[in-house]
Amino acid sequence: MTLDIILQAAIGGLLMGLIYALVAAGLSLIFGLMDVVNFAHGELMMLAMYAAFVLWQVSGLDPLLLLPIVVVVMFGLGMGVYRGLIARALSVRFNRGMVQIFVTFGLAIFIRGAAQFTFGGEFRSITTGVVANRTAEIAGVFLPLPQVAASLVCLAAFAGLLLISRTEFGHALEATREDRDAVALIGIDRDRIFALGWGLGAAAVGIAGVMLATFYYVSPNVGANFAITAYVTVALGGFGSLGGALVAGLLIGEVEALTALVLEPSLKQVGMFVIYLAVVLFRPRGLFGTL
Amino acid sequence: MPALLEVDGVSKSFGGVAANVDISFDVAEGEMLGLIGPNGAGKTSLFNAIAGEVTPDAGEIRLNGARISGLGPVACAARGVARTFQVVRSFDSMTVLENVMVGAFAGARRTRAAMTVATDTLEFCGLLSRADRPAISLSPPEKRRLEVARALATGPRLLLLDEMLTGLTPTEAQEGVALVRAVQRRGITIIMVEHVMEVVLPLVSRAVVLNLGRVLTIGAPAEIVRHADVIRAYLGDKYAPAG
Amino acid sequence: MRNSILRRRRTELVGGAAVLLALAVLPLPIGDVYTQNLIIITILFAGLAQAWNILGGYCGQISLGHALYFGFGAYVSTLLFVRLGIPPAFGMLAGGAVGGLGALLVGWPCFRLSGHYYAIATVVVGEIGWLLFLNWDFIGGATGVYVPFKGDSWVALQFRTAKLPYHYLVLGFAAATWIAAFLIEGSRWGFAWRAVKDDFVAARSLGVRIFPSKMAAAAISGFFTGMGGAIYAQYVGYIDPDSVMAGALSILIPLPAVLGGVGTLWGPLLGAAVLIPVSELSRSYLGGSGRGVDLMIYGALIMVVALARPQGLVSLFGRRRGGPDARAA
Repeated sequence: MTLDIILQAAIGGLLMGLIYALVAAGLSLIFGLMDVVNFAHGELMMLAMYAAFVLWQVSGLDPLLLLPIVVVVMFGLGMGVYRGLIARALSVRFNRGMVQIFVTFGLAIFIRGAAQFTFGGEFRSITTGVVANRTAEIAGVFLPLPQVAASLVCLAAFAGLLLISRTEFGHALEATREDRDAVALIGIDRDRIFALGWGLGAAAVGIAGVMLATFYYVSPNVGANFAITAYVTVALGGFGSLGGALVAGLLIGEVEALTALVLEPSLKQVGMFVIYLAVVLFRPRGLFGTL
Repeated sequence: MPALLEVDGVSKSFGGVAANVDISFDVAEGEMLGLIGPNGAGKTSLFNAIAGEVTPDAGEIRLNGARISGLGPVACAARGVARTFQVVRSFDSMTVLENVMVGAFAGARRTRAAMTVATDTLEFCGLLSRADRPAISLSPPEKRRLEVARALATGPRLLLLDEMLTGLTPTEAQEGVALVRAVQRRGITIIMVEHVMEVVLPLVSRAVVLNLGRVLTIGAPAEIVRHADVIRAYLGDKYAPAG
Repeated sequence: MRNSILRRRRTELVGGAAVLLALAVLPLPIGDVYTQNLIIITILFAGLAQAWNILGGYCGQISLGHALYFGFGAYVSTLLFVRLGIPPAFGMLAGGAVGGLGALLVGWPCFRLSGHYYAIATVVVGEIGWLLFLNWDFIGGATGVYVPFKGDSWVALQFRTAKLPYHYLVLGFAAATWIAAFLIEGSRWGFAWRAVKDDFVAARSLGVRIFPSKMAAAAISGFFTGMGGAIYAQYVGYIDPDSVMAGALSILIPLPAVLGGVGTLWGPLLGAAVLIPVSELSRSYLGGSGRGVDLMIYGALIMVVALARPQGLVSLFGRRRGGPDARAA
């Protein structure tokens, strides 16, 4: 095991980590707002991946150009899911926690079935694009350009989320997060904020999905694979903390890459699971969680 | 007679605001003590300290000579301290009887035994006819009595009543007073928190008056109503006796 | 007054006996293997859901990693049989014991986590178990383990010639879990858990300590789940991590309880009776081509029931006295 190999894995881990961070950010945003863990988050990402794939197939354009379209679609989808499902789940008077969990689970299964129905179970991939199949080499380390592009876009999206949090909308989000019962008193339409929050969360995971589709295979089950990483990342970083999602995402990405090296690729998730459990047992709210 | 409860130099601050400062007093077994004072005097904070919900920053609270401060509400309940809540808390998915059984299980191990204790307690509190109704279907004064019944079912030595008689109609208040007296006759020591003096002073043998976090005075009701500082605290300088 | 609680309990017992009797005679006139299998699987999952219900429904700890204990039970029983010749009638108990032990080990550190954090922790633990078993050659890894057939017997819990004995085996299992839930419901623990779920501050002030009883709930739940795994292994004749320990199974196990009504005696049974046949039938008739329609139906069913009847399907059958519907008033 040479330094080269370790370095390679470490950098690869960082790149993936940024993608995990963005997926986790969307999840964390939604939870921070309304105490709902969206167990269909992975499936939303999968939908974005399929959207990117279909648009690419139809237009031949580089996925980066298709990104805005998918983002808008995902935003709308997120709002739709909130208005159609989640708002109802929140108004339930009994067993609210369990209803949320299972409603979003049901949604996840439904979306997976719909994807399978529409596209079949085969793996698809996007094979052309500006940076597709190209690799840069810097000081002996090979950087696949799709991954690099993906992580940069995710980083930019993260910065975007941070910027939004500074705007009036962001403040409204924060206020609703802190005291969702009181915000009506200062003129904030809680329902609208929730819907927009869902839209934002879905858009965030949509960006991650589109970029992921440039180098990862697209299939109905791909969401499930990333979902658990996302939940672990959010729980590790702390529900409701954007910064926590970033730190945890990078950490998880690193741990995953290095575990794959030390143990074996099929066990790559064990490392992050162990780290997650260790942290959460000593800090039940995660590294930066406030909720 | 040795004191059942000793409050010894208890102080507690919340975020820089001193809620209790150096509170000390004893409560004898079987006594009915009033804890009174205007709003913001620190009654609730002290109440919660005795019940174990908060831990004092300084000082100690002892029950029968053994420290109970800082042990938490569950341990306090296990040692014989029971309390009611100012805003009534009921177990909404259960009937009245089942509510009281939760308290009864503090002493009883088996369900039948708990049922017996709960039934007897409900009868004592005048709620037996409501035993199988859902707890949420009770009227507000009945809910207050359920609070008491539940606390009583734990078999406490010390019962803390949090503004149990506030906001009742005169008839309801009379019934409440009768219940409290009946509880005392059972030998249970009672501390009543109230901020309306005319309700509590006729009931208690002694009262601790708090103001601005400190003990203003301790004494029999008759002394307290004439105490200049007490009048000043409640009504302002305008009404204080001259001089 | 006190008799009303006892009366209700007696009615439930009578009801339980009636259902047991009905289910005992149900398969007798049924000849086709497919239906017999469907009934067996339904009853097995009813029992598993009830076992989960003890921890997740009554005690309120929503575990989404219960397949771990199921898998433990399946593997322990099977490996004892294959490697040491210990018949599954005993191996089942060993499997249950390991399942219970596993649940205790998971519960001890994780019970301090609240709500969502706890759920995710159980998912993670379940995933770790699945991954480890997948890569553990000593127990067969991804290849799995075949249960050798050594002749029809109740000791070996194997019957090649007929399905009927399996039916009574799972029926006994489900009945045992129902009885456990029944006893717990009326016990000190049952009251304590309900109180904590309703208002934990008030419960605390009455001296309710629930960590020990949570651990007990975990042990009981894990024990029965493990036993269910052992029974499943004997029924199917082959186990591997994907069939007995996967995350999908961890979601399937609580689902009947959630749909039927968590924290109720009949919820898991009712939920299983609806969910399992629907999912099996839709998979058989619609899922074969891998088209995913069965998943869509499955997912839609979950969403609809969870939203329309959050208290579960049992609420369709009259109000539970003092129950959640009363709260909505």
